[in-house]
Amino acid sequence: MDFNFTEEQSMIRDSLSRLIREQYDFDTRRKVVESESGWRPEMWAQFAELGLLMAPFSEEDGGLGGGPIDAMVVMEEFGKGLVVEPYVPSVVCGGGFLKRGNDAQKEEYLSGVMSGETIFAFAYAEPRGRYNLADLETTAKKDGAGFVLNGHKAVVIGAPWATHFIVTARTSGDRRDSKGVSVFVVAKDAQGVSTRDYPTVDGRRASEVYFENVSVGAESVIGEVDNGLPLIEIVTDEAIAAICAEACGAMKVAHTMTVEYSRQRKQFGVPIGKFQVLQHRMVDMFMEHEQSISMTYMATLKIDEDEVTRKKAASAAKVRIGQAGRFVGQEAIQIHGGMGMTDELAVGHYFKRLTMIDSEFGNVDHHLKRYTALTEMDLPAAAE
Amino acid sequence: MNLDFSPEEIAFRNEVREFIRENYPKELEGMGTREDLTREQFLAWHKVLGKKGWSTPAWPEKYGGTGWTSTQRYIWSEENARVDALMPLPFGVAMVAPVIYTFGSEEQKQRHLPGIQSGDVWWCQGYSEPGAGSDLASVKTTAVRDGDHYVINGQKTWTTLAQHADWGFFLCRTDPNAKKPQEGISFILVDMKTPGIEVKPIKLIDGTHEVNETWLTDVRVPVENLVGKENEGWTYAKFLLAHERSGIAGVARSKRGVERLRTIASEELVDGKPLIESQDFARKISQLEIDLTALEFTELRTLASEAAGKGPGPESSILKVKGTEIQQRLTELTLEAVGNYGAPYGYGMENAGNEGFGVGPDHANFAAETYFNMRKTSIYGGSNEIQRNIISKMILGL
Repeated sequence: MDFNFTEEQSMIRDSLSRLIREQYDFDTRRKVVESESGWRPEMWAQFAELGLLMAPFSEEDGGLGGGPIDAMVVMEEFGKGLVVEPYVPSVVCGGGFLKRGNDAQKEEYLSGVMSGETIFAFAYAEPRGRYNLADLETTAKKDGAGFVLNGHKAVVIGAPWATHFIVTARTSGDRRDSKGVSVFVVAKDAQGVSTRDYPTVDGRRASEVYFENVSVGAESVIGEVDNGLPLIEIVTDEAIAAICAEACGAMKVAHTMTVEYSRQRKQFGVPIGKFQVLQHRMVDMFMEHEQSISMTYMATLKIDEDEVTRKKAASAAKVRIGQAGRFVGQEAIQIHGGMGMTDELAVGHYFKRLTMIDSEFGNVDHHLKRYTALTEMDLPAAAE
Repeated sequence: MNLDFSPEEIAFRNEVREFIRENYPKELEGMGTREDLTREQFLAWHKVLGKKGWSTPAWPEKYGGTGWTSTQRYIWSEENARVDALMPLPFGVAMVAPVIYTFGSEEQKQRHLPGIQSGDVWWCQGYSEPGAGSDLASVKTTAVRDGDHYVINGQKTWTTLAQHADWGFFLCRTDPNAKKPQEGISFILVDMKTPGIEVKPIKLIDGTHEVNETWLTDVRVPVENLVGKENEGWTYAKFLLAHERSGIAGVARSKRGVERLRTIASEELVDGKPLIESQDFARKISQLEIDLTALEFTELRTLASEAAGKGPGPESSILKVKGTEIQQRLTELTLEAVGNYGAPYGYGMENAGNEGFGVGPDHANFAAETYFNMRKTSIYGGSNEIQRNIISKMILGL
């Protein structure tokens, strides 16, 4: 057993942490978030230069030979800095599909993802599908050698900045069947693709993405036609591990800020950190954060294990971190008092991000249910 | 003890319901839970009620109260909450007015109460200061007597909607040498147009401009604007806070919120079935409703004892703590119910109107913003930690 980071991982963490400290301070971020485009392409280029975008890919694929642990290291730092650039959509999700694609797809897209020139967004959620990855009304109908896509994807994070989409669509079977789901690469500028862009409450950008008779070739299918769901689940579980790491980073900062504030802020003549009722809550925040780190490691280390183990690990982590993030975020605001409610202080922005992480890729209830179902599957058949 | 409405009360309910249906401003429909409204929108219903004589039911009749029984007032809140009515703001009606009619001079009553009742005059509250949130008695803003005036200097914060205010009530230190922080404070009414007052917006995490910093520099206020006795403002301040707390439970509004949550949960789908059919979520709503019932009956008991002549006491802290916890839980569950569509930022949308903003179902619009905004409720009006201290000290004697 070994919970140490490799030298490369430590280097990534240290240099990223420095970059964020120097160029991603809270005021700068706030200006960027409120700007027209809502992000900094030049920051994305710096992430590429640091090797962050190639870190989780194998050397055969042109990456640095890392994997999910490297993505975890990056995402924890991103969580500390409330980074808005689309690492999860493009590198973890886009890259996650492409590295499991065929050689031609890798060649066409993966080097662009790693250099940062190609940016993916993951168009999977739908207006009536909630968190069920197979509940798809978007269809891809066979048309000659290729397919024609029609549908509406909801809250596609990072879509305004994307050049390409990974799109999940139904190629056969009934709505919600696990069979009959396929995964496509679609260029954002393809004929028939339109978007409505908007800001999100946690400072990012997203779009509603509409596909109207969008023709794609057979070469756009990633993985097997009709059998895309297992692939979607693997990539989604990787994304869950990544945003759990992000949540850990955000919780760390929210907690540190709160402890610090409680030392400075005086009421009734003493720092509020002297009040036991607040001390215990800050201790609880600390314990929640520690448990979250443990669960993030666990889920990240189990990504390559068998399907049930991986899924249970990802769901367990997502449940625990959804709960922890809510507690830490709410208490951080409460202990900051009125100041915590202001846009001017960073702590409220950590609270908002932690809130939204819970609903990304399935909330607490969704993953409790998934975990329970997987556990029931695992039980030995009852002797009757 | 019994819970039934009498035939007279049922008739009253029908009358109120009819009046609301005919007179509630159409342009306010669906806006009752929004924070980004204009002065005119905030005051529209208040002005209608002012004309009818129903804007200040809780006041003594001789000052313009309706003389309704506590049951009638309960019916009144329920009927307004049914349509999410945008009720008169508390700063004038429920906060400063009771102080004025209880402790103020005849002249103050005549001058200020009619404008509060009609909705023509907007009041704001100058209590909190940057260094003193929950520790309200550590007021640093000073009022120094100079002939027929007080000269006020200092800074207030969290002055809710002061950008619209005509008048404000301020806690100021008039005796810097008082032995205890609670002594030497005075309660002063200030015309917000007086030179030297500057109101600066504070943006909150939900993106709205609901509160302000208010700076007072050599603000000259006539001495007749002092309420009650000099240096005894703390007594009036506490009286006001107890009144604020008893209105803070928000039972009728939360009941409406639970209904709305049920509707949302029956429209949102999980695996093709309504969310409300998922046992996990249905139980959460039930739990919330049970907690709300407990709060409702606690409030009814409190109202009954008030009707029997007892003023709001430390028990009102229960209503504040439980009421705000329920309001927060309600917005948390509403956000949970809307799923992915909690993410779009409503106040960042170009075309956010009362029809929603066209991304996702209308019922999801502003769910996250409202959840963020409602975190304030366990902080304001004396934080919930302070309320627990009050109960511990005043009721348990610890």
